[in-house]
Amino acid sequence: MSLTRRIMLRAAGAAFGGALALSAFGAKAAEDTIKVGILHSLSGTMAISETTLKDAMLMLIDEQNKKGGLLGKKLEAVVVDPASNWPLFAEKARELIAKDKVAAVFGCWTSVSRKSVLPVFKELNNILFYPVQYEGEESERNVFYTGAAPNQQAIPAVDYLMKEEKVQRWVLAGTDYVYPRTTNKILEAYLKSKGVKSEDIMINYTPFGHSDWQTIVADIKKFGSAGKKTAVVSTINGDANVPFYKELGNQGVKATDIPVVAFSVGEEELAGIDTKPLVGHLAAWNYFMSIDTPANKDFIAKWQAFTKNPKRVTNDPMEAHYIGFNMWVQAVQKAGTTDPDKVIDALVGVKAPNLTGGVSEMLPNHHITKPVFIGEIKDNGQFDVVWKTDGLVPGDAWSKYLDGSKDLIGDWKDKKCGAFNVKTGKCGGA
Amino acid sequence: MILLQRFLLVCALLFSIGSLARADDFADAVSGFSADSFSATEKALDGVVQSNNARAAAIVEALQKERLFYAPATKQVVVKDASGAVLDAATGAKLAEAPTELKSVRLNNRLRRAVEAASGQMTLLSADTQKRIAAAQAVYKARDVAALANVETALNKETDPVAKSALSDARAAILLAKPGVSEADQLSAVTQLRARGDQEARAILSSLPDATPPAVKASAQSAVAAIDSRLAFWSNLQNVWYGLSLGSVLLLAAIGLAITFGVMGVINMAHGEMVMLGAYTTFVVQEYARAKAPALLDYSLLIAVPLAFLVAGAVGVLIERTIIRFLYGRPLETLLATFGVSLILQQAVRTIFGANNREVSAPPFMSGSFHLGGLEITYGRMWIVLFALAVFVGLQILLRFTPFGLRMRAVTQNRRMASSMGVDTNRIDALAFGLGSGIAGMAGVALSQIDNVSPNLGQSYIIDSFMVVVFGGVGNLWGTLLGAMTLGVANKFLEPFIGAVLGKIALLVFIILFIQKRPRGLFALKGRAVEA
Repeated sequence: MSLTRRIMLRAAGAAFGGALALSAFGAKAAEDTIKVGILHSLSGTMAISETTLKDAMLMLIDEQNKKGGLLGKKLEAVVVDPASNWPLFAEKARELIAKDKVAAVFGCWTSVSRKSVLPVFKELNNILFYPVQYEGEESERNVFYTGAAPNQQAIPAVDYLMKEEKVQRWVLAGTDYVYPRTTNKILEAYLKSKGVKSEDIMINYTPFGHSDWQTIVADIKKFGSAGKKTAVVSTINGDANVPFYKELGNQGVKATDIPVVAFSVGEEELAGIDTKPLVGHLAAWNYFMSIDTPANKDFIAKWQAFTKNPKRVTNDPMEAHYIGFNMWVQAVQKAGTTDPDKVIDALVGVKAPNLTGGVSEMLPNHHITKPVFIGEIKDNGQFDVVWKTDGLVPGDAWSKYLDGSKDLIGDWKDKKCGAFNVKTGKCGGA
Repeated sequence: MILLQRFLLVCALLFSIGSLARADDFADAVSGFSADSFSATEKALDGVVQSNNARAAAIVEALQKERLFYAPATKQVVVKDASGAVLDAATGAKLAEAPTELKSVRLNNRLRRAVEAASGQMTLLSADTQKRIAAAQAVYKARDVAALANVETALNKETDPVAKSALSDARAAILLAKPGVSEADQLSAVTQLRARGDQEARAILSSLPDATPPAVKASAQSAVAAIDSRLAFWSNLQNVWYGLSLGSVLLLAAIGLAITFGVMGVINMAHGEMVMLGAYTTFVVQEYARAKAPALLDYSLLIAVPLAFLVAGAVGVLIERTIIRFLYGRPLETLLATFGVSLILQQAVRTIFGANNREVSAPPFMSGSFHLGGLEITYGRMWIVLFALAVFVGLQILLRFTPFGLRMRAVTQNRRMASSMGVDTNRIDALAFGLGSGIAGMAGVALSQIDNVSPNLGQSYIIDSFMVVVFGGVGNLWGTLLGAMTLGVANKFLEPFIGAVLGKIALLVFIILFIQKRPRGLFALKGRAVEA
């Protein structure tokens, strides 16, 4: 009896010890890697844009591991699929932070997905890198905006058309959701401040995935026949662009008559269209695949090798992730830890080279400095840069042209506030 | 005598120096293309056009077709001709060996306009009538005052009536832009443009220079008013056309559903995915033609129509045999099951073809547009309208005049009776479902021309399709036709007034109210089938 008891005890002890050893081993394995969360839709309507960014992140993490990882540890990508479903974005973000214990998350595309994960990042105190151009009017402690704010894309594009093309009449066409509505509000205020009259501005919204553009293109033609040079500023979202451009081509609206400048059309979107009728239409971005720098050439070569597709294109949000990821790596090295609080503080002021020959800097409002390029569509689906800003433009979190936000700044360095009113000297909006 | 000789000699010398200088100017101008800056290119273009050199036309044409290059190393400017041979731009001499690195002379929109205007001026006297007409139109658009003499020379020589009217329009446009033209000439120019009566004429008449005499301005204003009322009339007709073309897209998407839902009573949420499969079939056919048989590329859409029918039809039969036949009479389960099928099909296509849009190019006969009176009709839309009507007529014939159609109608009207008479109802169910799906596949071929070929293609049409079938009356193909056209035209008349977003909402509200009043839609089926 006692013997069996002793044996049992011993066995239990051994098992316990073994379990301890195992769990210690497990913990050691977990500590050996730093986990990086990737929160991009791989199915559903946004998969078209976001899948590419997931692949780009995997490549960047792979590259960093080849260079020896970070803080002596390997990086490990944790990929989840929020399936273009906004509430699911919040759930998956919680899963990444609480369960997988990631050090930072790279993800989201639409503004609504960013807004839905925001409370999770605040509550669990983690870091989100958001790589897409957006409407601005936001500066959060846990979010770093590596895409363009309106003053880094929309305003320079309008300036270009005004100066180079002498445009006097404006069509602001967009899909009916928050990014086009806010951007158009900013643009309308900006145009009016430049002396454009209300009757020379036409604003038009269409539903998501709008495919019948006959009437709207005819309206644009009619609007353009008032004897003043007319241009279209398009914030039309992703998929609706293809039928829009097809209709422009069919109705014979040429870029030499009425140029269209788009903020959501890049190399990836053009891959689905025959671009011959579109030659000369414009896009404004902070990066184009056709920009001839050694860093860009190297990036494209690595990307095409990584995806095993020699025709794969690169685009602006990919560059935003490239910059954001390198900034994060530097900040972690500077802070010596992946602890979010320390990394958030270390990130402000970090400088990382972009792919177009400049060096971008993370500003106190969590936006970055970027160059702005205007490109014309070529018949091979690429863009030809026809204009660029002198130097880099710092991103404004709050627009200078809207009444509600012109006195606000984001400053997470000294003021520790995302919406600091410089007039009243108080934090927290107007 | 000697004096005279000397004088002549000096003259000759001067003349030769002059022409030498001019040749040098031309060469200088051409070398400006190698500076790789838009303003230098503009200057160079100007210089080339002013030079009257024999090579000028060739250089402008090369610029227009993006065949003008320069060598960054030697700053030599060259033209690549259609055969790929490299010629020196200034002399036209063929180069024995092409420079190793060539960069194309880049254009932006402003330059493209200048090039178009220059080429217009230079081809006004071309032997090809089409070229002359295009040239006159380019000059009309550019309104370059310097082109007036050329236009008038061309006008005097012109015999073709179309080219002549294009030239006199161009002349009128220039006369209105040129300062110091007599009032009478300007007034007749206004009359000329008023007769033309399109949006471009309106643009010119409403933007006369400030120095224009008041009488001309007043006449132009009344001309603008006249053009406006004419355009308003045509824009109503144009809206009807847009409505019909939207209606025919709805008809194509819905007509397959009219069979599966309307006739068989199956709520098929995967109907949109059949449309998508048809579009992807078109893509595959086109890629295959591009790679293997470029001669067939222009006809790839025609080849895709039957193939899309077969692919989507086969998938339809498969779904019916494996899933739907177990669920007849249980609409809720059918709805959920087919919704699942639609998600599976979408993700399958995403896995095979990738999440990105696929490019389906338009064949030449579907590109561009033509004018019919004041209407502008795009070829692509026109063919889609005709295709939709052909599918509708074909389907009617199939249902009315073939044994299969007879059996299908029998099964729909009274399943048990048909079964008693020896009709294999299971087989008819499968075939009818296959037919509905196959037609959706053919719709996909047409939709690939106007929409994205992406895994989400079907989703955007499924709601509209159900709307059309319910509105038109379940089980009635004529109802589907009339429903689709009504919704299309109503949508296009609402859109200009309340915008695309509100227009769609207004239509939905209208349909809800309509269904309250007439639950069975426009054309209600009567008789035994209704109770079954």
